Amino acid sequence: MKKFDKERVLLGLAAPVLAIVVAFLVTAVVLAATGKEPFNAFRIMFDYGSKSDSQVYILNKGTTYYLAGLAVAIGFRMNLFNIGVDGQYRLAAFFAAALGGALTLPGIVQIPLIILCAMIVGAMWAGIAGVLKVTRGVSEVVSTIMLNAIATAVIGYLLQVGRLGQLDEAGTKISTKPLPESSHFFEFPTEPAPVWGFIVVAIIAGIAFWFTLARTRFGFDLRTVGQSGSAAEASGVNVKKMIVTSMLFSGAMAGLIGMPTLLNDSYEYGGDFPVGIGFTGIAIALLGRNNPVGIALGALLWAFLERGSGQLEFQGYDKEIVGVIQGVIVLCVVIAYEVVRRYGLKRQQRQVGAKLAAQARNSEKQEVSA
Amino acid sequence: MTVTATSTPPPTAPKVSGGKGGRTRLSFPVILLIIAGGLLALSAVRAITGAQDITSAGQISAALAMAVPIGMAGLGGLWAERAGVVNIGLEGMMILGTFFGAWAGWQTDPWIGVLAGVLGGMAGGLLHAIATVTFGVDHIISGIAINILAVGFTTYFAKLWFNTEEASAKGGSPKQSPPSEDITTVTVPGVSDWLGDIEKHHWFFISDIAGVLRGLVTNLSLLTIVAVLLFVLTFLVLWKTSFGLRLRSCGENPIAAESLGVNVYKYKYIAVIISGGMAGLGGAFLALVTSNIYNEGQTGGRGYIGLAAMIFGNWRPGGLAMGAGLFGFADALQLRNGGQSVHALLLLLVVVLAGLALWKLYRKSYLTAAISGVLSLGVLVWYLGTDTVPNEFVTATPYVVTLLVLSLSAQRLRMPKADGMRYRKGQGK
Repeated sequence: MKKFDKERVLLGLAAPVLAIVVAFLVTAVVLAATGKEPFNAFRIMFDYGSKSDSQVYILNKGTTYYLAGLAVAIGFRMNLFNIGVDGQYRLAAFFAAALGGALTLPGIVQIPLIILCAMIVGAMWAGIAGVLKVTRGVSEVVSTIMLNAIATAVIGYLLQVGRLGQLDEAGTKISTKPLPESSHFFEFPTEPAPVWGFIVVAIIAGIAFWFTLARTRFGFDLRTVGQSGSAAEASGVNVKKMIVTSMLFSGAMAGLIGMPTLLNDSYEYGGDFPVGIGFTGIAIALLGRNNPVGIALGALLWAFLERGSGQLEFQGYDKEIVGVIQGVIVLCVVIAYEVVRRYGLKRQQRQVGAKLAAQARNSEKQEVSA
Repeated sequence: MTVTATSTPPPTAPKVSGGKGGRTRLSFPVILLIIAGGLLALSAVRAITGAQDITSAGQISAALAMAVPIGMAGLGGLWAERAGVVNIGLEGMMILGTFFGAWAGWQTDPWIGVLAGVLGGMAGGLLHAIATVTFGVDHIISGIAINILAVGFTTYFAKLWFNTEEASAKGGSPKQSPPSEDITTVTVPGVSDWLGDIEKHHWFFISDIAGVLRGLVTNLSLLTIVAVLLFVLTFLVLWKTSFGLRLRSCGENPIAAESLGVNVYKYKYIAVIISGGMAGLGGAFLALVTSNIYNEGQTGGRGYIGLAAMIFGNWRPGGLAMGAGLFGFADALQLRNGGQSVHALLLLLVVVLAGLALWKLYRKSYLTAAISGVLSLGVLVWYLGTDTVPNEFVTATPYVVTLLVLSLSAQRLRMPKADGMRYRKGQGK
C-alpha cells in the first residue's frame, strides 16, 4: 500500500515539473527567436527572485493568489467552472471596503465584520449563477462571465463622488473612504518589509478546504458529484442543492481574495485595486491540481515569476515575457496532467492484469479439472 | 435474407431528420412577422418617448459593425461545437486575430491583414484541437489556457513589434499598433439619400424602416459583406453537404459516426481550426474596421459574448445571427452614449414584463406571474422617476440582456448531444 502511494506521488509530481521545464524551454526558444539571450534572462529572474525583499513580496502576493486558487478549486472539484471569481472578489472587496470605511469600531469587532461582509457579497454574487443553473439550466460558464461584466458596471456606478466614493486630497483619485487605523490587520515585522498577517488566514482557509473535502460528508458528496452527477443523484445526493452550496462556498472564498490587499496594504478600494486575479486563480488551480498544497506551490511560483520578471526590464529584456511563460506553463500543465493520468491508468491496468494472470496461473490446475 | 437486404436504406432516414433538429422550427414568414413586430414595438417606443436615436441609421449602422465581430466569434463557436468541441478559447483566438491583423495590416494592405488575422486565429484553433482532440484535455480548461496564453503572447510581441523605430514613427507603442489603411466601404448612392429624407420626417413606422434600411446600405464595409456571406456559407456547408453532415455527426454521436467510417479526429481538427479562423476574422474586423489599430484588451470579452450569442441562437446560424444582432445593438447603444435610448427601452421592458405576468396569470402560474408583475412595476417606477440611465448601466446592458434571455430560454435550447465530451478513438469497441 505504501509503495503504491509513493508511485502516485511521483506521477503527481511528474506532470507539473514536466510542464514547467517545457514552459521554460518554449520561452527560451521565444527569447532566442526574438534575438535575446534566454538563459541569462532566467538567471536574472532567479537571482532577483530569491533576494529577501523579493521573498517578502512573493509571500504577500502569493497569499492573494492562494485564496484565488482555492476559490476556483472548490468549483473545479465538482466540475463547476466558476469563471466569475474575478467579479465576485472585486464586488466583495468593494463593498467590504465601503463598509469598513463607514464604521469606526474597535478592530476586534470591525475586522471580522469586514471579512464577513466580503464573504457574504462574494457568495451572493456567485449564488446567482448557481441558482440560474439549477432552476433555469443556464451554464455557469456563460452566466459567471456575464456577472463579471455586470460587477464591473456596478462598481463603476457606485465608486463615484456622492455615492460610495470620495476624492483623495490631491483631488485626482477616487476611492472608498479609507479604513480607520484600528482595522488594519496585523503584520509580521520582517526585514526589509513586513509579511502580511493575512497569510495566517490563507493557511487556515487552506486547511479548512482540505478538511472539508477530505474529511466530511459534504466534501465526499461534492467530489462524488464532480465525478458523476447521475451516480451521485442515484445514491441520494441532492445534486441541485450541492451545486448551489458549492457555488456559495466558492463565492465566499472568492470574497477573501481582496482582503489581504485591503486589510494589509491599500486600506481602501480605488481605481488601482488589483483586477484580473480571478483569472490568475484559474491558472493556479489548474497548476496545483485543485489540491491545497499544490495550489500553494502554484501561487508562490506565479508570484515568483512576476517578481523576477520585474528586474528583466533593467537588463535589456522585456518583462512581458512573463505572460508567455505563464501561458505556456498553464497549457503544458493541462496537457501533462492528462498524459500522466492516462499513463498512470494504463500502468495500473497492466499491474492488475499481471496480478490476475498470476492468480489464474496458480489456480489453473483446479479450474481445468473442474 | 431479402429483409436484411432492403433494411439497408432506412437508416439514412433518421440521419436526415436528425439534421433538421427534429423540433418544430420557426418558418420564414413567422420570423419576418417577429422582426416586423419588434420593429413596430421599437417605433412605438420611439414615438412615445421621443428617443429618436433608437432606429436611426447611425444606430443601426453602429449596431451592425458591433454585431460582426460577435457574430464571427459565435460562428467560430458554432463550427467547433457542432463537431463536439466546446471552444471557450474563442476570446484568445480573437485576440490573436486582432494582433496579427493589425501587424500585417499596418505594414501592407488591410486585406492581407485580414488574412493574417484569420491565420493567427487558426493557429489558436490548432492548439485547441491538439489539446482537446489528441490529448483529450477538458475543453473548457484548454480554452482558458489558450486565452491566458494568447494574452501573454500578444502583450510580449506587441512591445517587440509595435515599438520599433519605424512603427513608433507611425504611431505605434508597446500597447498599440500603428494605424493601417481603411478597408473600402460601400454606400448604395441614390437609395441611401432617399431613405435619409424619409427618416428625417420621423413618421411612425415608415421612418423607422427607412432608418434601419439606411443603416444597412450606408458605409458598409466590404468585410461586413464577407462576414454575412460566411454565415450563409456556414449554413450551406454544415446543413446541405455530406461533409457537414459528417462533421455534425461527430458532435451528436462520435461513436456511431466512427462506426460508419467517419474519421472523427480529422473532422474535429478541421472544425476547430475553422472555428479559430472565424474568431480570428472577428478579431481582424475589430482591428481593421472598427478601429484601425491593435489595442491591448481591444476584444473586451467579445469572444465570450459570441459564445453566449451562439447558445442564445440554439446552435444554429440564423438564431446566432439574431443573437449577435441583439448584442451588437446593445453594444452600439453604449458607444453612442445611449442613456436616453436605454431609458426609452425600459418602457418596452415594462410592457413585455406586464404581458408576461398576464400570460402566466392566465396559465395559473401565480408565482412567476407575481415576480413578473413586481418587476414590471419596479421598472415602471424607475422609468418614471428618471430621465436617463447612467452610462455604467448602459455598458452593462448587453450582459444583463444575455443573462435574462438565457434564463428565460435555456431549457428550450438543445446543444449537440456529445458537445464537450472527451472522445477517444475506438471508444465504442
